[in-house]
Amino acid sequence: MAAQSDSWGTRVGLILAMAGNAVGLGNFLRFPVQAINNGGGAFIIPYIVCFLLMGIPLLWIEWSMGRFGGKNGNHSTPFILDTMDPKRRFWKYFGVFGIFTNVAVAAYYCYIESWTMSYVMHSIKGTFRDLSQLETAQFFVKYVDIQQSTTGIPYEAIIFYILCLLLNTWILSRGLKGVERVARIGMPLLILFGIFLAVRGVTLGTSGANPEHPDASAIDGLNFLWTPQYDSLTNPKVWLAAAGQIFFTLSLGMGTVHCYSSYVKYKDDIALNAVSAGFMNEFVEVVLGSSIVIPIAAGFLGIDWVKENAGFGMAFQTMPYLFQNWGPAIAMIAGVMWFGLLFFAGITSSLAMGTPWMGFFQDEFKFTRKQAAWSFGAITLIMGLPTVLFYNEGVFDEYDYWAGTVSLVIFALVESILFAWIFGMKRGWHEINRGGDINIPHFFKFIIKYITPLLLLAVFIGSVFTPESNDWNAAFQSLFSGNGWPLDNTSLIKMISNAGYKQQLAAATDETVISGLKSRIFYTNAARILLISFFTGISILVYIAYKKRANLKIQKL
Amino acid sequence: MNTSALILMITTMLVVTLITAYFFYKVLTIPPRSEPDSYSENDDVER
Repeated sequence: MAAQSDSWGTRVGLILAMAGNAVGLGNFLRFPVQAINNGGGAFIIPYIVCFLLMGIPLLWIEWSMGRFGGKNGNHSTPFILDTMDPKRRFWKYFGVFGIFTNVAVAAYYCYIESWTMSYVMHSIKGTFRDLSQLETAQFFVKYVDIQQSTTGIPYEAIIFYILCLLLNTWILSRGLKGVERVARIGMPLLILFGIFLAVRGVTLGTSGANPEHPDASAIDGLNFLWTPQYDSLTNPKVWLAAAGQIFFTLSLGMGTVHCYSSYVKYKDDIALNAVSAGFMNEFVEVVLGSSIVIPIAAGFLGIDWVKENAGFGMAFQTMPYLFQNWGPAIAMIAGVMWFGLLFFAGITSSLAMGTPWMGFFQDEFKFTRKQAAWSFGAITLIMGLPTVLFYNEGVFDEYDYWAGTVSLVIFALVESILFAWIFGMKRGWHEINRGGDINIPHFFKFIIKYITPLLLLAVFIGSVFTPESNDWNAAFQSLFSGNGWPLDNTSLIKMISNAGYKQQLAAATDETVISGLKSRIFYTNAARILLISFFTGISILVYIAYKKRANLKIQKL
Repeated sequence: MNTSALILMITTMLVVTLITAYFFYKVLTIPPRSEPDSYSENDDVER
């Protein structure tokens, strides 16, 4: 174990870094799309309920676990979990998720981050000025096809990816002070850019209507997003989507919160810090995130277009085109602000993803800060290059599903059980409240012990047994009428067996389609083998570190 | 905008903004703990 060598400069810096860790691209892209797909305004009610019953309690759990680990000189989840239950030695292998997830997610997340860097440059250059909607969308397709170049620089996407990774690594090599500095600059700028774009979005009205889309109106977008549809509250799909969104938006189950809070002094507050960072994320998501993409897109293209096309791709394939409607100068400013905002949202998260790896190697293998940072850069590059080179073959999506979705739920479920049931609520409650600057209402003790693990279990079961078309009511009817539970191809069970691809393959007759699908299955399986090998590799390192600790203990005796 | 959407939007945004501002204000105004309090010897560690 290493003595605590790094620490946060200021409390505000810590909160901004934690908020920056949580605020990501999903705040601006995933949240509005989830709201639209799940009943518009009615989504917000389950969303807030899940924030209070799952989000805030999990934040307290992770902050207190991290600070508890830091007291013993542990700055990554394997040995934080290990010290919470000295009787059983297997928890540290669940803690591997807290390193594995971060590297695997950083591997493809830095790729998205590099797109935002490139798009800032293109916005300044005015690349999108005379492009049609289709041409703007195709520009993105061309960009991610590494054989093509949008600037004349060969292998442009790879170069931007490496530049982005180098920037992250360099900042990480400066330690927590570097991370804190980025958060102190990035978060206020992100909020400022967000407010500018949100004001444009909310006040756009019908001014964006054009001969091609005469009925376009930003108000329709806001109406669609905020009109309550109370009947959807009884649909389990909406509740699972809300719980999932809370989970991802707060970066829970990743190990980053543990790592950041392991550098908080043992008697310093975490109760207020955790809710402050959590609500800052909610402000960015609910207030800013809902006021940019959907109203602006509906304002120029109409609500019907938004309903059909709402998704992640809008950020890069549609927004640059829409900004051109504001004239060259404002289009450039809006482009820089939009992609700048996404860049800051991305980098404050990817920096957080580097710290658990660094903490582990500094603690267990006596790496210096620089060695730890550059080793993170190297492993992220190795893991990330397949997502860049084989983006169109589905490697990126595979990483996102297994590392960025499934792993988080498993780890959060395990840590909530460990904290509330093994470590014990009495000690756990004491840990959360130690040095607290606010009095946490006592009923949260009950919520942390029973409700939060149950909600997480529901999210996990929901992803394992996702019913066909996500229609839970129809699935229950089918089950009770003796026809079994119809699984959707996006359920974890069907994903493992590549059921979706196999179905398409069985139906395909065209040779090109068949060979394309076969190649996709090959790359999907290869990506899984790579991820499993990486997880196994970290588990072996954790075992070696454990043996080293045991030997050290014997020598001391 | 229709009335129910407007009410829900304004209420939600106001509540979230005010709570965020309130907690951040508390963070900014609560004085830092005196240094001896951070020494581990003073901690009441539960065993």
